[in-house]
Amino acid sequence: MSNEQQAPAETKPTTEPKPSKRRFGWLNEAIVPLLAILTAVLIGAVIVFVSIPSNKLPAFDLSLYGSRSDWFFSTLPERLRVTLSAFTGLFSGAFGDWTNPSSIPVAMSNTLVESTPYILAGLAVAVTFKAGLFNVGAEGQLLMGALGSVAVAAFMPQWFGVASLPTIIHLPAALLAGVIAGGLWGIIPGYLRAKTGAHEVITTIMLNYIALQVMDYLINGVMKDKSATLQRTPFIHENAALPRIISKATDPSLTGGQAYPRLFTTTSSTWDLRIHMGIVLAFLMVGFIWWLMNRTPKGFEIKTVGENPEAARYAGMSITGTVVGAMGLSGALAGLAGTSQVIGLEYNLKAVFSSGLGFDSLAIALLAKSNPIAIVPAALFWGALRTGAGAMQVNTGISINLIQIIQALVIMFIAADQIVRWIYRIKQAEGGKITFNRSWGK
Amino acid sequence: MTANVVPALEVRNITKQFPGVLANDHISFTLLPGEIHAFLGENGAGKSTLMNILYGLYDPDEGEILINGKLAKIKNPADAIGLGLGMVHQEYALVDTLTVTENIILGTELRKGPVLNAKEASQRVRELSEQYGLAVPPDAIVGDLPVGVQQRVEILKALYRNVNMLILDEPTAVLTPQEADDLFRVMRELADKGKALIFITHKLREVREVADRITVLRRGKVVGDADPKTASEGQLAALMVGRDVVLKVDKTAANPGDVVLKVRNLNLRDDRGLTVLDDVSIDVHAGEVLGIAGVQGNGQTELVEAITGLQALPSGSIELLGKDITNRPPRSITEQGVAYIPEDRKGTGLVLGYSIRDNLVLSTYYKPPFTKGLTFNDQAIDENAKELIETFDVRTPSATTTAGSLSGGNQQKIIVAREFTRKNRLLIASQPTRGIDVGSIEFIHNQIIKQRDAGLAVLLVSAELDEVLALADRVAVMYHGKIVGILPIAEATRERVGLLMAGIQEQANV
Repeated sequence: MSNEQQAPAETKPTTEPKPSKRRFGWLNEAIVPLLAILTAVLIGAVIVFVSIPSNKLPAFDLSLYGSRSDWFFSTLPERLRVTLSAFTGLFSGAFGDWTNPSSIPVAMSNTLVESTPYILAGLAVAVTFKAGLFNVGAEGQLLMGALGSVAVAAFMPQWFGVASLPTIIHLPAALLAGVIAGGLWGIIPGYLRAKTGAHEVITTIMLNYIALQVMDYLINGVMKDKSATLQRTPFIHENAALPRIISKATDPSLTGGQAYPRLFTTTSSTWDLRIHMGIVLAFLMVGFIWWLMNRTPKGFEIKTVGENPEAARYAGMSITGTVVGAMGLSGALAGLAGTSQVIGLEYNLKAVFSSGLGFDSLAIALLAKSNPIAIVPAALFWGALRTGAGAMQVNTGISINLIQIIQALVIMFIAADQIVRWIYRIKQAEGGKITFNRSWGK
Repeated sequence: MTANVVPALEVRNITKQFPGVLANDHISFTLLPGEIHAFLGENGAGKSTLMNILYGLYDPDEGEILINGKLAKIKNPADAIGLGLGMVHQEYALVDTLTVTENIILGTELRKGPVLNAKEASQRVRELSEQYGLAVPPDAIVGDLPVGVQQRVEILKALYRNVNMLILDEPTAVLTPQEADDLFRVMRELADKGKALIFITHKLREVREVADRITVLRRGKVVGDADPKTASEGQLAALMVGRDVVLKVDKTAANPGDVVLKVRNLNLRDDRGLTVLDDVSIDVHAGEVLGIAGVQGNGQTELVEAITGLQALPSGSIELLGKDITNRPPRSITEQGVAYIPEDRKGTGLVLGYSIRDNLVLSTYYKPPFTKGLTFNDQAIDENAKELIETFDVRTPSATTTAGSLSGGNQQKIIVAREFTRKNRLLIASQPTRGIDVGSIEFIHNQIIKQRDAGLAVLLVSAELDEVLALADRVAVMYHGKIVGILPIAEATRERVGLLMAGIQEQANV
């Protein structure tokens, strides 16, 4: 039974496509996400332009302006100014006000701090995308990681009846606890998928709720810091903390008597930064996942199961093992994201810890097309938007919601990349080549 | 059929471009009333594209179609039928749960007021079926009928709509030889009654048997016309592929050795509880090809998957060189020396999005030299690719080209290259040449025989009887999950095997 519907693919002459030197191969991959961002930002600008709060504009007065439309046209320069200031505000919030160099380190550091969990959780989701799985559970795995690490970081010495443990033991134990807790939270839906066929989208959503309730229960129960007014755990031991890179010395009276570590101490406010070793861990993980996916048999198995499970089974790969392994690895990475937030940044776990980080990571993995290296710029972009949003609101009165609109548009354009291809006339990459087609035909 | 007869259909300079492929390149031909015009070509030669243009499913980029001497615009299948052009597709468009009559009249119901005039419709169907010798039971449920009869229903459906031209797209692909002979008789009958028929196929034997005229397509072009009475199969094959091919596989008599594969009493039921494998037992010896013939869907797929560990078995046993491999994981079976060409090249045998290089190590990637310590050894993987591409004549611009962008024949060569270069004792080849070009078929057939001569046991499963007869040393026939007969090649005539394939047991051979 031949299938000539596929005639076009079959008759392809065997001497094309040319093995092009793919020097800018990454650009082919990146073009759609970049244009998606550009389009989303432009649409965001239009939204700002037309919806500027009236208190930022001269009031409409019939005696001054002949009509509503005259008034509207007279406000155009002001609207343009406000729109531009929204984006300069966004930029300076994220990367510093470049007319005032002393603002740069803090802004950059804040962006990197915001981006750190995005990198780790984005990697987590990317790994499952590669395996053909859709892990919506990064949020829950992240929470379990935070819980696991805070349990060890805050309480481990008292389990052994000592005042403190050396850093060499306590810090790795805290990291490991977060990674294992997140990993287990990923293995559960992985196992259910592989053995019973229960779809991971459903199970991970359910496990997100369970994680949230478990965290709530513990933070209001055995793990509650009774001396605190906030609902939170006690501060973690200083020996379990990931060091900051450079900052002023902290005041132990504000942090439960703990003096948290830093690599370099400064007295200058310019260099009093929140950036911590979590970012280094995140970059290490990027390298590790790239290596795993591209250089090792295990990564090959994950990708093959994702691309074509039938062929994977035929080639003797274990589908069950690969699915469980990929979900476990994903959970571990998400768990590490939660861990780094707790032991690197916040030093305790609050009931309000949940932040939607795990959900944003889905967007980041999509934006990066699951490429571990591309996760870094995607996460930085997301972190910069979040950091800059606050400054933008202060400077221009434009609501932070604008950022959410832009983020949502980016995701929409990535998910429906045909829209972007249509707007910019990019033909479907064939043989790894992109072509801009200027005519409006097909 | 004199020159001044107005052709029922005339096609002038039809051209259709798909992205990257010129599927039809200025094709012209005529179809006269009362003739059977065969279109012969390999997969991807452009036959189906051409027919889909005629039937209004594609728009040609260039060219014109004349019906009964008048220019015709065919925008959709309804136009085509209105102009008297019907088509029987490879996949039948029948509703399994309706009766034959209901299927035939569907969409053109005769009415008596608001009520279906079932009696008259049934009467017309009966008339038509008698007129053209197309025996069908008008009140039977279509889903209960054999494929051969379903095909007749499809033909009747077209005739009921008063077509005088009929396109038959690969009509014999799913038929037993007897059913095919029956179809040819019907086709002749239709032609004698003045209908014009277009017969699409890539089987040389069939065109010589039934066609009045042959047009050969290659790479979207008409490369020649032939008279079936004078053209030999060899000439036709040469036209199809553009060079002379050896249709007969050169091989010496088998020299069978010990039993390599011993299959005993396999039984299997599907999800609905229907029998898929019915007490199947076979032996395959070293140095012989056991061919399994049978119409597709008679348990061959499941038998092969059971042997390779892809299908769990509730009962029965499989031994490889005396070692039990029943229900072992696929990798463990592979590692004991089993090479396997799966029937679904694109879905199972390859990862189409992967490069050729990666596909060539799909089942050995984890072993040295391809993996050294924790990581891949790129140099070894590259060298492996380079060597196999050359040895197995894979036509590709580079080793990093994706498998999905290659032609079917070259894709199959990748699988063959990968599977044949392990240390094997048993080779299982399932539909090894389905839908690929004659050149690749010849190459793969020779490779299979080479493996046999090197002492491997070969289990060949094919729906193409010609392939089984050309390669096998013994022929087993499967019907409804059962091995209904095993014949030495010398006794396996087309007729005997064909009867077995149709489930007719020979009286003498019990």
